[in-house]
Parts: sequence; C-alpha cells; structure tokens
Amino acid sequence: MYAAPFSYHRPASLQEAIKLLQDLGKEARVIAGGQSLIPLMKMRMARPAALVDINFIPGLSEIHAPKGELRFGALARHADIENSEAASAIPMVHDCAAGIADVQVRNQGTIGGSLAEADPSGDWGTALLALDTSVVCLGAKGQRIVPLEEFIKDAYTTVLAHDELVTGVHIRVPAKGSGGAHLAFKRSAPVYPTASAAVQLTLEGKDVCKDARIVLGCVGLKAIRAKEAEAELRGKALNEKNIQAAAEAARAAAEPQSDMRGSADYKRVMVATLVKRAIAIAVKRARGEHVQTGHEYVGR
Amino acid sequence: MSDVKNVLVRVRVNGELREAKVEPRTLLVDFLREHLNLTGTHVGCDTTYCGACTVILNGRTVKSCTLFAPMADGGDITTVEGLAQDGKLHSIQEAFAECHGLQCGYCTPGLLLSTLQLLKKTPKPTSEQIRKGIAGNTCRCTGYQNIFKSIRMAATEMEKH
Repeated sequence: MYAAPFSYHRPASLQEAIKLLQDLGKEARVIAGGQSLIPLMKMRMARPAALVDINFIPGLSEIHAPKGELRFGALARHADIENSEAASAIPMVHDCAAGIADVQVRNQGTIGGSLAEADPSGDWGTALLALDTSVVCLGAKGQRIVPLEEFIKDAYTTVLAHDELVTGVHIRVPAKGSGGAHLAFKRSAPVYPTASAAVQLTLEGKDVCKDARIVLGCVGLKAIRAKEAEAELRGKALNEKNIQAAAEAARAAAEPQSDMRGSADYKRVMVATLVKRAIAIAVKRARGEHVQTGHEYVGR
Repeated sequence: MSDVKNVLVRVRVNGELREAKVEPRTLLVDFLREHLNLTGTHVGCDTTYCGACTVILNGRTVKSCTLFAPMADGGDITTVEGLAQDGKLHSIQEAFAECHGLQCGYCTPGLLLSTLQLLKKTPKPTSEQIRKGIAGNTCRCTGYQNIFKSIRMAATEMEKH
C-alpha cells in the first residue's frame, strides 16, 4: 500500500521546521516516528502534500527530571521512556510506555507524535490526562505551553496551528501518598486497545480518597475524563461499594462505538472493569506497594 | 503529482554503503527489496501488524513497512542477509533450524532480527521476556512453541561465544 505522493523536507533546526511549515502551508504535516501517521497515509485517510521530517533535528529526544517534574522531548521514543530510570518515578508513565503496541513500534513511535496525532485510541492521550500534563508548542509567534485537556480538541484534532509543532511534554510528578495505574485490554500486542483506563488517586490516611482522576480511553472521540466517577470517590472511603459506584459512573460516561474491536456494550463493560482494577492498583501504589501492570492481551 | 522530487537515500546495510534515489513515499521495505535487491526482508500484512518486515535500524528493530525510506537516511541497517558471516549461519539461524522454529518461513526474517535484538538486550530472557520481545511478530504456522525453544537455544549458544 502506498501513500499519495508528497514532497519531503528535512529541517536541521526547529526554526527551519517552522519556516518550512509556513512556506508549505496547510497541506503540510510534521512527521515524527510516523507510527500513526504512516498507516493513515497508506490507507489514504491522510493525504498531506508535504512532510516535514523532524527526526533529524538534534536535541528533541531528551528525558529530564527537574525537581517535581518529568520532561520529555517530543521525539522521546516510547521504548526510551519504558527503559528510562527517570520515567519510572511515575508508574503510570511506565505502564503506558511499556504497553504501547510492540517492541518495533515502541522503538520508533514518539510521545510528541502520539499526542499531536490525537488518535482516539492512542495510549498517551489517556494516561497523561490523569496526570498534570502540559504540551510545549512552538510556532512563528514563539512558544506556548498548553494543558493537555485543552491540547486535544477532538479525534485527530489539536490546538496546533498549521505552522506550529510539539517540542516537548511536561508532567508534574504526583505528590507522595498518590498512586496511579494505566490499564488497557487489547486483542493482541500490535493493535490499539479495545478499551483503556487511567486512574490517579491521592489518599488521606490509609483508606480515604482525597482526590481522584479517572480517564477512559478508546471509548470516545478523545480520552474521556469521567468526572462523575471521580465524584463517587472523592472525600469518601475506598470501599467496595464506592469503587463499584465509580465503575458504574465510568460505564455511563463512556461513549463507545461498535467496531471490529467489540460492540459498544462490550466496551462499556470492559472500561468499567478496567476502572475497577486500576483503582485497586492505584490504591496499592499510593500506599507504597510495588505493583507491575499494564496492557493485557491474549498470549502475554 | 509529478512535481514531487525524488530523494537520495544513503544507508549502510549489513556493513555496506548503499544508495538510491527514490520517491519520498517509498517504504523502507521496498527500498531494500526493490532498489537494493535485498529480498530477504518480507512484506507480510503491510499494516504495521505482523512484523515480517522487521529490520534493525540504528540498533533497534523497526517495521520497515512503516517508515518512509528517506527517514532512514544515514542509518545503519541490519537485514536477514547480514546475519550469516562467511557462509556460516548465525547461532540464531542455527537454533531456528535445529528446533523447527519455522515452517513456511515467511515470518522468519523478522523473527530472527527481533530475537537478535532481544538477546542483545536480555541475554538470558525469561519466558515472559521472550513473549514480550516477539509480540510484534506474527507466525501463522508454528503455534510459537518451537520458536520459544529456538530462542532459548540461541540464548544458550550465544552465551558460549
């Protein structure tokens, strides 16, 4: 399968990339790892007239951990994040990075590209919405830092102007006494999940939920922040009854479509189950327990 | 459509410098197969699923059906043709032959390279690490059990060298 023809441009600096995007106009697209964009182009669902390849711009893959933060360059590959000591400070980030597709895709795909592509089934958009995440965007008018909840507007749609690109992703490290988990179910490793859930909880004492964020993935045109589900936990005891109520609210908040990955009803049940499991793991992690988790698929 | 300029792509493949001028939309797998005549790398699903097209680019496995050739420019590539040295099969190839880690052989070039990367990173992989390491490679013949055996045997052999 072949993409429609496009002209290829390879800037050596961010300034050059922005100049190219301005000159080439709205039909040009930035390409990073290409693991979402290239399949879309091969299926002719995306037909950019020009590609600006940012892979040759130095300094965009770095991973830093300044005080209280994790900072990823736009070109940090999922595999770099999976294997990074710094990124292990936030278990949810590791869950997500290590679970995306398979080794080959994680070796090539980037965190910046995943967010900028805003695929409704993309993993980062779900996991990072449960954390305090902002996206660093650079354009002709300079840099702006956009909170993730504002960055992704709709399926495949972000606030990026046509001559603007993502240069980095900043994540605030959650406070002590907080824990989170990102779970996904997929039919096999290389495919997008059928449904996913990201939960970040802050505890008060051992069993009371001080704060909660619950995000549902692959069950809407973008990741869904399930605020009604959060309200079922916030300020309350983390007992079976309240967790069940949160899962029910998550099921109601999901807006899935039936497709080859499952019926809408199936996905609602799946996402509620994942929320329940993610809450249980988030609680354990908030208490300081080490729990390994992530994407599940047949044959794992 | 005809105003698209061809792009010169230069790579080091299996230690040898190679180049060709191609349309930008040329996929890396077709660059290798059609332009460099290295047909060991296979096109399987062509949808980023099956991993038959797996090659090693700059020390990491990638699916060569999901890269435009110009993105690999200046890169160092290992394909299945680069595994055997001086007419002698690589330990991984020997192990796959010995343990019947293949039947039709279509997925094998990709599996060999995924195995190579796995064992370089994890010389003594656990069963779970093997499963995770080859999760991006689909085999429709073997049922994978003999592939796991092959990988374990290759790990043991490579430890000795």
